[in-house]
Amino acid sequence: MGRISGRIWKLGDDVDTDALAPGRFMHRPMAELAANCLIDLSPDFAANARPGDLIVAGRNFGMGSSREQAAQALKDRGLQGVVAESFAGIFYRNAINLGLPVFVGRASDLPDGAEATLDAGAAVLRHAGGAVALEPLPDFLLALIRDGGLVPHLEKRLAKEGR
Amino acid sequence: MTLAEKLIARAAGRDAVRAGEIVTARVDLAMIHDSGGPRRVEPILKRLGVGLWDRDRVVLISDHYVPGDDPDGAAILGLTRDWARRHGVTFHDGQGICHVVLPERGHVAPGMFITGGDSHSPTGGAFGAYMFGIGATEMAGVLATGEIWVRVPETIALDWQGRLPRGVLAKDMILAMCGRLGMDGGRYQAIEYTGPAVRALGMQERMTLSNMAAELGAQAGLIAPDAVTADYVRAAGGDPGDWARWQGDAGAPVAERHTFDASTLAPQVAAPHSPANAGDVGDQAGQGLDVVYIGACTGAKHADLAAAAEILRGKRLAKGIRLMVAPASRRDQDRAAAEGIMGVFEDAGATILPNACGICAGYGGARLGADIRCLSTTARNFKGRMGDASSRVWLSSPYTAAASAIEGRIADPRPHLEGR
Repeated sequence: MGRISGRIWKLGDDVDTDALAPGRFMHRPMAELAANCLIDLSPDFAANARPGDLIVAGRNFGMGSSREQAAQALKDRGLQGVVAESFAGIFYRNAINLGLPVFVGRASDLPDGAEATLDAGAAVLRHAGGAVALEPLPDFLLALIRDGGLVPHLEKRLAKEGR
Repeated sequence: MTLAEKLIARAAGRDAVRAGEIVTARVDLAMIHDSGGPRRVEPILKRLGVGLWDRDRVVLISDHYVPGDDPDGAAILGLTRDWARRHGVTFHDGQGICHVVLPERGHVAPGMFITGGDSHSPTGGAFGAYMFGIGATEMAGVLATGEIWVRVPETIALDWQGRLPRGVLAKDMILAMCGRLGMDGGRYQAIEYTGPAVRALGMQERMTLSNMAAELGAQAGLIAPDAVTADYVRAAGGDPGDWARWQGDAGAPVAERHTFDASTLAPQVAAPHSPANAGDVGDQAGQGLDVVYIGACTGAKHADLAAAAEILRGKRLAKGIRLMVAPASRRDQDRAAAEGIMGVFEDAGATILPNACGICAGYGGARLGADIRCLSTTARNFKGRMGDASSRVWLSSPYTAAASAIEGRIADPRPHLEGR
């Protein structure tokens, strides 16, 4: 984490899980769902987001359903992560459980399309003009993301317990 | 301690907890459905090489892909049924929407700590249980270990004084709260609904408040149990236990308190594309409609069907209006049929849909087409959720939905109740 650079996709407040993982693609394979991530809200993102890109959004990112395909789609698109002023609780938990870095911070001054690097360990968003400090994650959540999400984390734990 | 703190302390095996602490809780019950359940958790359990921590504490309910009338949906239902058999869990198949079926079958009781694999899981809070929604990966972790971490929430008290006037329902209360607090007003903390207007509600109306704690962005939407709760739980075959102990202490720290006056509340309508766009029905009255949808866990329980039928009895739909009714559970539909309520919908010309999430979750063949204008008793009117991205959805109570179906445009239900 922290060496990749990509473009910022700026989104507004209240980006919902139906926009991230539209219901009409929920029964389809994950690759198809990910390809249609944000298709109604930002067709440009759906068509052109590349691995290493990241999302900068306003308040309450990921509001709505508990469908974790909303976070999985962003992870599968290879995003570095999401920086938002606040997150909806279930989405936030899902993202961490899937190993998608999510940070609370105000980066709305950065323009859409700007290049940036998310340094999860340091909780900083670096860009050409400087750096934005983000709210650090508690250690155990950072450890979850570093392990790649809850499943690899549990694998480690179960192995330790000899199960 | 607050009620939320007491519930979490018990589940964490602690004498006391306070807001802000992160604790690990033992889960009393895990509810999963066909969408986020077996098809998503099984690959994870396999990878971990473990089975269920306790199959007697897992309830599976099929509701998202019911009735399975397309090949993908049918395959998901098949996988779900096979998983239920192999793991020997309690399985309610095609019996209705999980948030309604779980309590109606006696699985929820005051004091429990429950995780649900769906965002409207705060519904269980209506029974004085700490219930909240999680995603599939986190649910797989619960199914493997029986544990989950939780940050002890602050409590936001939403206090309803006075008495609801005729024509105004719990749905109007929660839409008004969405309008005032916004969709992140709950800050992923615990809401507790209090006051005489909440106490006066029956259990299904209370469930509507707790269900849409999700739309307020809260983790849980609690209502302290009382005799009404205990009676419902007993009638459903559950055990309310020592329910009276599940009350917040007087003077326990409440982070925010918002007071509402039930006696002056008008029917509410939320305009596209957010429940937070709620306002008095008068602001939207006259808006033309194509479809009225009475469905979902928050809008088609027995109490909701009974309310809609009160207005629709002996009436016909306005020309050009399509009314779709998807009763939230088989049991509620059977009861409504026995009471003549389903007959009212049929006589009015409604289409009756399966006991499932249906188009509320964007599933099934009845999804809204391009440019369709729909008034719906569901919980969410996000852009594109119920169908085409160009469709528009307004949210209301079943009273307002019924009155609007008769008039063909958004209408105040109160004149329709005069003399009824």
